[in-house]
Amino acid sequence: MTTEIGERQLHEQELDRVTIRFAGDSGDGMQLTGTQFTRTAAVFGNDISTLPDFPAEIRAPAGSLPGVSGFQISFSSSEIHTPGDQPDVLVAMNPAALKTNVGDLPAGGALIVNSDAFTQQNLNKAAYAGSPLTDGSLKQYTVFEIPISTLNARALEGLEMTNKQVDLTKNFFALGIMFWLYERSMDPTLRWVDQKFSARPVIAEANKRALKAGYAFGETTEIFHERYIVPPAHLEPGVYRNITGNEATALGFLAASRLARRPLFYGSYPITPASDILHQLSTYKSFGVKTFQAEDEIAAIGAAIGASYGGALGMTATAGPGIALKSEAMGLAVMVELPLVVCDIQRAGPSTGMPTKTEQADLLQVMFGRNSDSPIPIVAPATPAECFDYAIEAWRIALKYVTPVVYLSDAFLATGAEPWKIPSPDKLPDIAVENVTDPSSYRPYARNPETLARMWAVPGTKGLEHRIGGLEKADITGNVSYDPENHHQMQVLRAQKVAGIARDIPPLDVYGPPEGDLLILGWGSTYGAIRSAVERLQANGRSVAHAHLRYLNPFPANTEQVVRSYRRVLIPEVNLGQLLMLIRARFLIDAVGYDRVRGKPFRIAEIFDEAERLLGPTTRESIAPARAARGRTHSRERKAKRRTGDD
Amino acid sequence: MTETNGQSSEPGLSPENQAVIQLTRKDFVSDQEVRWCPGCGDYSILAQTQKVMPDFGYPRENIVFISGIGCSGRLPYYMNTFGFHTIHGRAPTLATGLKAARPDLMVWVITGDGDALSIGGNHVLHSMRRNVDFKMVMFNNRIYGLTKGQASPTSELGKRTKSTPSGTIDTPIMPLTIALAAEASFVARSVDTHTEHLQGTLELAGRHRGSAFVEVLQNCNIFNDGAFRDFTDREVREDRMLLLEDGQPMIFGKDRDKGIRLRGLHPEVVALGDAVTEDDLLVHDAHAPEPYLALMLSRMWWPEFPVPVGVLRDVARPTHDELLTGQIDAAVAASGEGDLARALKSGETWTVE
Ligand code: SF4
Repeated sequence: MTTEIGERQLHEQELDRVTIRFAGDSGDGMQLTGTQFTRTAAVFGNDISTLPDFPAEIRAPAGSLPGVSGFQISFSSSEIHTPGDQPDVLVAMNPAALKTNVGDLPAGGALIVNSDAFTQQNLNKAAYAGSPLTDGSLKQYTVFEIPISTLNARALEGLEMTNKQVDLTKNFFALGIMFWLYERSMDPTLRWVDQKFSARPVIAEANKRALKAGYAFGETTEIFHERYIVPPAHLEPGVYRNITGNEATALGFLAASRLARRPLFYGSYPITPASDILHQLSTYKSFGVKTFQAEDEIAAIGAAIGASYGGALGMTATAGPGIALKSEAMGLAVMVELPLVVCDIQRAGPSTGMPTKTEQADLLQVMFGRNSDSPIPIVAPATPAECFDYAIEAWRIALKYVTPVVYLSDAFLATGAEPWKIPSPDKLPDIAVENVTDPSSYRPYARNPETLARMWAVPGTKGLEHRIGGLEKADITGNVSYDPENHHQMQVLRAQKVAGIARDIPPLDVYGPPEGDLLILGWGSTYGAIRSAVERLQANGRSVAHAHLRYLNPFPANTEQVVRSYRRVLIPEVNLGQLLMLIRARFLIDAVGYDRVRGKPFRIAEIFDEAERLLGPTTRESIAPARAARGRTHSRERKAKRRTGDD
Repeated sequence: MTETNGQSSEPGLSPENQAVIQLTRKDFVSDQEVRWCPGCGDYSILAQTQKVMPDFGYPRENIVFISGIGCSGRLPYYMNTFGFHTIHGRAPTLATGLKAARPDLMVWVITGDGDALSIGGNHVLHSMRRNVDFKMVMFNNRIYGLTKGQASPTSELGKRTKSTPSGTIDTPIMPLTIALAAEASFVARSVDTHTEHLQGTLELAGRHRGSAFVEVLQNCNIFNDGAFRDFTDREVREDRMLLLEDGQPMIFGKDRDKGIRLRGLHPEVVALGDAVTEDDLLVHDAHAPEPYLALMLSRMWWPEFPVPVGVLRDVARPTHDELLTGQIDAAVAASGEGDLARALKSGETWTVE
């Protein structure tokens, strides 16, 4: 389609999917810019997936390479599972942002730069010998050099603001350009500005002017010859919101508290990337949620166990280094058999590692990282929205089996976002359990014959005074026991209790043929990349299926049958083969791993290529290029079917 | 000692409980065989604890004893209440969570010098500053007993133990100074063998709202026998210990002929007589808003000074659970009970038809 704006010829092109990356100094407001674009795309009805990428330093020196902050958003008219392998458009607000991000931009990609920022000083900070804008090094891209700072300052003339304040709004100028380029309404952002800066009208006005000026720039200048439209996706009917994994996690725990009819107690020590859960839960006071910022990781879990002992939903969250500190207390929870949920929002390690970067390398730590045999069930959501369901599921298991449960998320899930069909609270499962109150038959370590859960009585229950602790317990009575046979029996009982949960969780679901050449098995946040790769492989005529474990201890009951139904099993992980080790050890099959541990999620193409390599040359003619092969044949299971909800 | 059972002003007591409970020491004795070494000071602490328990008017099921690791850690097994023998140093953390979730319970933390001041030091510091409403009884025997005799954080400098055959080179810390520095609202000391004094001290601690820290000088007759004998023995105690009484001048001695006077910023022992009268002596004030006096007392030790016993500090300030519950009540008052459906829909939403 061609429209006329004044004298100007403008083409409009409809696209299925676009991926944009905003990159700038961490003081440039790139996260906010990305978030605003995301909200706008989501409200418009696109399917979206986002990947923020921020430096660990709160304020690295302005303009420096470590100070670069990025935000990638992929939005689409069909279902998408990942924030995109590579951006189609890169917005670089300074030389450092260009340098650290341009490598991801494919040849022919669009590059929008704030040319004002390419000063000698900034070039030096980014270790550029000469200006990349003039040395020809960017010639494989479509480069749009825009003096964003100058144009923005001009638009804000007359406002009573310092130069620095003016400069801080240039990200909204860039956002305005992008809104124009993708035909997006400015309204959601304008409304947000009004709300956010209601007490500071000058700042509100400045941000609105910046946004509108950027938009008008796109409209009136002639440097852009095309605009792009990404139509809405066909989402399941319902009310939606955009949600990050950490938001969904916090809401899931809030819901669990309602569904269990017990108050939530959340003990936590600040740690990236788990802190946002604490921040969010601390705003739910009117729900009776009690949050406790502990003096350390150990106090956080100790207090959580104490709260659970008192009958509340006691829980804690941390990242890998915190799990290391909590291990002894997790063992205590195993021994005293109390409900407890421990969240591990994994990040790159070992040690402090790369705190803001993603990894899924704590699986074996939460599985085995305690003294002795110390079994703990593990659940692991696969997408940001799923975090809600598995937060509830973690508590369902913890309460029904009177056991600590580990909830494994990671930095990618925690900060990534996608649209979420908001569930109706009355469709959520009832997970309430009763405490024992009858003294006549009370024995602290007598068990429910079906679940093997011990009899859980809370302080304040008349006639049920009893003592528990970390010393080995005699079966049934719970008295301290050093009896050798009793110890063996208790070790077995604790293991059986956890193993038996397999009877109470859904079977491992397979996407694709029930048997065939290759199964790609994953867990956690690799879901999107694996699913997209499998869709492409299937479209290429490959006999490939995808199965994704949400339960890592115990595995779903049919796991062995599934992994034995394919000639090869490929397990991609953002670690050096941890699920791989468990699967091989458990089922004695020759599964192979595929590891990329870079603090970043997998790219679809990497998994696709690895699968192709494993499968070998195809006898059939390869069909269309991968990008066109994105299927729509499967149901929108991720957004429409919530395990704990509708079924 | 049951006269307070009828007082409706007693914190933590619901009227119905006060009316029906007439428990005795025996009600607090569990069916578990006590397994400390014969002659250990822990027996006396257990007995005094069981004796004072009925006085608080709480039904048994509303009392919880939480302990860490060490010989002291076994005490909960012997109390016929709810009990939780946790892990080394962490008892205050569990007590904090329990009390936050269940303000209706009376919570006691039983600990030792190693448990509270070595591995669990951080939690003592922070539970005291938060004024968590639990009573911490720290058995100080200046040794690691359960692990068979290593130096503890309160062992005297140069002490030879299994782990320090040439003598420890670590300066000991004063438990009460630590508790005061951590803003504890109730700080006291007593002695295992001074049964009446110990009972009275536990009684006061139990009635305090907020963090109570009680150091009990306890004899480990196996690994550190006689650690406090020099001033706690019956024959010498009056001359070598200072019995603190609120509002009273600091007088001690069998003949009440000695006292503590302030000279500059330092205390000194003086003989009462013509030159020095009672009016010259320091007067104890456990309720002083600032803990200067208590801090000074916490550092006095034999043989330079008589060892103070009794309540060093007793001040009122809001407890952790009161403040926590207060914020929740305020939030409910301001915006009503939380609505889950609304929370789920927070932020920008859109409808797909
Ligand atoms: S070792 Fe010492 S403190 Fe422990 S029970 Fe024996 S005498 Fe008591």
